[in-house]
Amino acid sequence: MYRYDEFDRGFVAERAAEFRDQVRRRLSGELSEDQFRPLRLMNGLYLQLHAYMLRVAVPYGVLSPRQLRKLAHIARKYDRGYGHFTTRQNIQYNWIQLKDAPDILADLAQVDMHAIQTSGNCIRNVTSDHFAGAAPDEIVDPRAYGEILRQWSSLHPEFSFLPRKFKIAIIGGPHDRAAMRAHDIGIEVKREKGVIGFAVYAGGGLGRTPMPARKLRDFLPEEDLIAYCEAILRVYNLEGRRDNKYKARIKILVHETGEAEFRQLVEDEFAAIDKSLYRIDPAHAARIVAQFAPPPFAVLPARSAIFESARARDAALAAFAARNVAPHRQPGYGILTISLKPVGAPPGDATAGQIEAIADLTETYSFGEARVSHEQNIVLPHVRLDDIPEIFATLQAHDLATPNAGLVTDIIACPGLDYCALANARSIPVAQNIARRFADLDRQRAIGDLKIKISGCINACGHHHVGHIGILGVDRKGEEFYQITLGGSGDENFAIGEIVGRGFAAGEITDAVETIVEAYLRLRESADETFLSAYRRLGATPFKEALYATEPA
Amino acid sequence: MAKPARPFKPVIATANDLASGAVLFRTAGGAWARAPREAEVAENDQEAAALLAAGERDVAGNKVVDLALIPVEREDGGWRPAELRERIRAAGPTIDLPGQA
Repeated sequence: MYRYDEFDRGFVAERAAEFRDQVRRRLSGELSEDQFRPLRLMNGLYLQLHAYMLRVAVPYGVLSPRQLRKLAHIARKYDRGYGHFTTRQNIQYNWIQLKDAPDILADLAQVDMHAIQTSGNCIRNVTSDHFAGAAPDEIVDPRAYGEILRQWSSLHPEFSFLPRKFKIAIIGGPHDRAAMRAHDIGIEVKREKGVIGFAVYAGGGLGRTPMPARKLRDFLPEEDLIAYCEAILRVYNLEGRRDNKYKARIKILVHETGEAEFRQLVEDEFAAIDKSLYRIDPAHAARIVAQFAPPPFAVLPARSAIFESARARDAALAAFAARNVAPHRQPGYGILTISLKPVGAPPGDATAGQIEAIADLTETYSFGEARVSHEQNIVLPHVRLDDIPEIFATLQAHDLATPNAGLVTDIIACPGLDYCALANARSIPVAQNIARRFADLDRQRAIGDLKIKISGCINACGHHHVGHIGILGVDRKGEEFYQITLGGSGDENFAIGEIVGRGFAAGEITDAVETIVEAYLRLRESADETFLSAYRRLGATPFKEALYATEPA
Repeated sequence: MAKPARPFKPVIATANDLASGAVLFRTAGGAWARAPREAEVAENDQEAAALLAAGERDVAGNKVVDLALIPVEREDGGWRPAELRERIRAAGPTIDLPGQA
């Protein structure tokens, strides 16, 4: 994985020291809140419902054991013993005190981490496929390009005051595990006839006006990646709306300008750019690529006798392996998902002890690398199949062995009104109630792949628009109320879910979800037809009938 | 045509402690308490204006940030925030926190 060089390290340490001085001046009254607020937001420190919240950047979701241990230390020392992994592969702490923030940033800097550009109208942390470098269907590991984009976008002087925040996701194969088309810029790294290039998309986003990103280029040459992104950002920076916060994202610009015209604007800007200034020095690029070289895998048989006999003996391990171990490109290895969705717990939360246990597993079994997924789980990307029984036993000891990856209880939920100052309704209790309703594992497995995603307001941090079942919390005359969308998908078959009908009160929403799931089980052609496939075949009508059948006409 | 005057809804002043971020409510004695029940209740426009001005002095004095007046309603002989958001803000998350269940 990428290791900071002296430049990165100096820059982050300097920034932490600057912030220490800014906090000192705020606490002494030299700076007013109006003067200080932009400074704290530039360092990822928000004021939320109950306290300050610190959002720490995890570039493309990659973490080392040393970093994980520091994150656990921060949770224990400065917070209430836990952290929250987010849909942008970051971690947030909910109970931070302003006076501690400088020490936390200094602690983070020790492990090459920071909270820069996790807030504000700038280019945010670049996200990627949590199976990068491990998935059999991957064409090119996208992380090196993610790192190049990180370096380019960090403190980019021209793009520090964009009309609105800007999110980039990058994937390295045809299967999209990063909801790439829900991003302001989405990039798919490709290889054709041995040559690397990029499909470049722009104008995607969720929120109040959800839009799939449109493809601008099918195969941008490798050397032009930064110049082309620069061209997109310049067009957006100049033409994007600044009069209305809800119309300021690039998706609105692309939509209002029209795809063809927007593409032309970008191409014109791109043509005018002196590309030689943006070409990455090949030696520098080679150094970055080398840092993402595959780990020293052992040559192993594809089938592990140890693993197979253990799962034959242990039904719990078998259930875990069936859902939480994905095939790896390297024979004898697997990709292991640690679910942060035990039934009845807040999705994405992990205690300091759990984070430390994950750090140890990462170090011992996964070549020192863990990933945060946008689905709010942790991934050990490179584990030997032989080691999975031992890993599983450790996970069980830390309440981290929930065998539900991709099942109905593996729910994405934003913090909602339990934590967030922007929320209109709670998300976590809705997720907890649904998970409890479907707690029976046999039932979950009979239902199969099903993604429920819940947001507590229209900003859609919980990605509800791309949930197979999406739930949006709204405020209706002071009461929490929930709208359901169906048929959304964040993968390569990207789709925005459709609102199914009138919403449901907090006390009704679990029943409504169960009604939809039961209707699917009745209507599917076979157990092989997933919820999403069945919905696409049948449309919304039978689900509407099931939901609203008992109402008077 | 002017709208008919709506009955005044009683309010209290809330803010966050500058250094810790803790949610606080302004008391009649000019202190900031953790419990909304201890807050001074303004029951008319003049009292609300005075409460807001007092809170603003504490903002200017860098004691608290994010000052707001929030409506309250009667409960068990006392007052509580009228809106769910403010009740959650006052009492904390409605869920068991990790490690504390």
